[in-house]
Amino acid sequence: MTGFATLLRKELLEQWRTRRILVVGIVFLVFGIGSPLLARYAPELLKAVGTGMPGATIELPPPTTADAVAQLAKNVGQIGVLVAILLSMGAVAAEKERGTAAFILTLPAGRGAFLLAKLIAIATTLLIGIALAATVDWVYTTILFEALPVPGFVALAVLLWLQMLAFAAITFLVSTVAPSQLVAGGVGFVAFVALAIVAALPVIGDWTPLALSAPAMDLALGKEPTALVQPVVASVVIVVACSGIAWASFRRQEI
Amino acid sequence: MTIAAASAGASAAPVPAIVTRGLGKRFGDVQALEGLDLEVPAGSVFGLLGPNGAGKTTTLRLLLGLAHPSAGGATVAGVDIRSAAATGALGRRIGYLDQSPRFYGWMRGRELIEMAARLHGLRGQVLEARIAEVLELVGIADAAGRRIGGYSGGMRQRLGIGAAVVGRPQVLFLDEPVSSLDPEGRRDVLEIVERLRGTATVILSTHVLTDVERVCDRVAILDRGHLVVASPLEDLIGRYAPPTFRVEIAGDGDDEARTMAAERLAETLRMADGVTDARPAGPAVTVRVADPDAASLRVLSVLAGAGVPIDSMARVRPTLEDVFLDLVGRRIDPDELAAPGSQPRAAGPAWSTGVDPGRRR
Repeated sequence: MTGFATLLRKELLEQWRTRRILVVGIVFLVFGIGSPLLARYAPELLKAVGTGMPGATIELPPPTTADAVAQLAKNVGQIGVLVAILLSMGAVAAEKERGTAAFILTLPAGRGAFLLAKLIAIATTLLIGIALAATVDWVYTTILFEALPVPGFVALAVLLWLQMLAFAAITFLVSTVAPSQLVAGGVGFVAFVALAIVAALPVIGDWTPLALSAPAMDLALGKEPTALVQPVVASVVIVVACSGIAWASFRRQEI
Repeated sequence: MTIAAASAGASAAPVPAIVTRGLGKRFGDVQALEGLDLEVPAGSVFGLLGPNGAGKTTTLRLLLGLAHPSAGGATVAGVDIRSAAATGALGRRIGYLDQSPRFYGWMRGRELIEMAARLHGLRGQVLEARIAEVLELVGIADAAGRRIGGYSGGMRQRLGIGAAVVGRPQVLFLDEPVSSLDPEGRRDVLEIVERLRGTATVILSTHVLTDVERVCDRVAILDRGHLVVASPLEDLIGRYAPPTFRVEIAGDGDDEARTMAAERLAETLRMADGVTDARPAGPAVTVRVADPDAASLRVLSVLAGAGVPIDSMARVRPTLEDVFLDLVGRRIDPDELAAPGSQPRAAGPAWSTGVDPGRRR
């Protein structure tokens, strides 16, 4: 892991200077604020719209805490995953395209350290984002609905982070082996769609990162989670396997 | 100890800095490099010369461990390049500047040098002192706090050299370091290379002949993936540079008539004693001779008897294109020639070609 600390410092500084942390933070803040707000006021908004239309009657169940949490999980499971793909698609491919990978790798920097520093920087940015979202979401949920147990919300944040990390790892792998960042982004998106389809299937659907949303919501609401182990194992395996394959490919790759 | 003073070990070492044996690289059907046998003495400024596509960059990428050889092998500063990519062992011993470095636009110049220095394991006061020393060496101390995205091409080249030398490498690879620079930028970068002489073995890949003459003490010429010649520069000049005269045909603007006269004159001159070659070159004739003192009188005698009006006769050095014509028997695309150094100029230390007879076509 030659040069890991220096490369991690560079990657984190890059996340900051290129305003990726800021943009991701804002996006997730919007999730955190908007999810409970939307859950709380969406029925009233729809009702207000409906009363303006003659003959229209809209009956919605009263909003619950579960709606607020589900809204957050849905947002992260869709837009959050796309953010993870966008963050990862250029991680290695763009450096190869620019020639900066060759510059770094002719310095005393190990290829494993080069990859790991990037993965950790991406994971850190996503972690900051989801931590912001979960914190703000918890505050607004408490104000608009009821106070939920903090450990449950921490578990929600960790599981949703793992979910995004799995797609980041898939995209990162392609960014390492593919000739361009567009290819990496495209494959990451296709993987997202494919896993979304698989996630809809019974039994096997539990073995996908997208199936983390359900147990994450359960834990946030203080319930016993259903099918927690399968998506956690699947996600961890995806992250570890994609990282390992990326390293195995990159260590002998021509730059 | 300054970077310049840190060189003694490298320059005095008897072991070659680079040794290649049968080094080759194939990309699909294209043989980019074949059978390269080369030894680069430690401490030399070594020019790797050739037209675009000759295999210079491929050679550098192989030696840097960024690409893997299809055949043969090499050692750089004692490290086998076959294991370089996997172990990263080369990094502490080499420095590298890409031909068009872009670096990170968001990073400040000083930060790039610091990152390279930290990767070389420098910390604390040593780190600060080395950064200051390098910024001074490459002349960007004033701009060190600015973001690299706002740097000019020349500043990026100088910054890149700074990042490459901050770890005091044994071997420094510079790939076409001046090809995209204006004359001032060229001069600055070449001056830096001059200052690095003796501090490390410098491999300078270029197709600009005057740069090679200015800073290199040894050269290797590649063409179409093959080594044509490798030799100390002075030896090449002594052994292969034929004294050359350029005879301008006089006339009143009728270029066609002057060109035809030049062709007739070249034929006549070719038969003169002491003339090794005479070629028409538009409204002029390039005459190569074995002994310039003796031959000049004979050439003048032939000119006097030829009945062709002469505007001037002057001793010139071969142009870059002349050199490559001799070396590889083909004309170089003008795009391959850098503007500086490609014009004939008055006699001075000549530079010419050392040709493997088997390669002459």
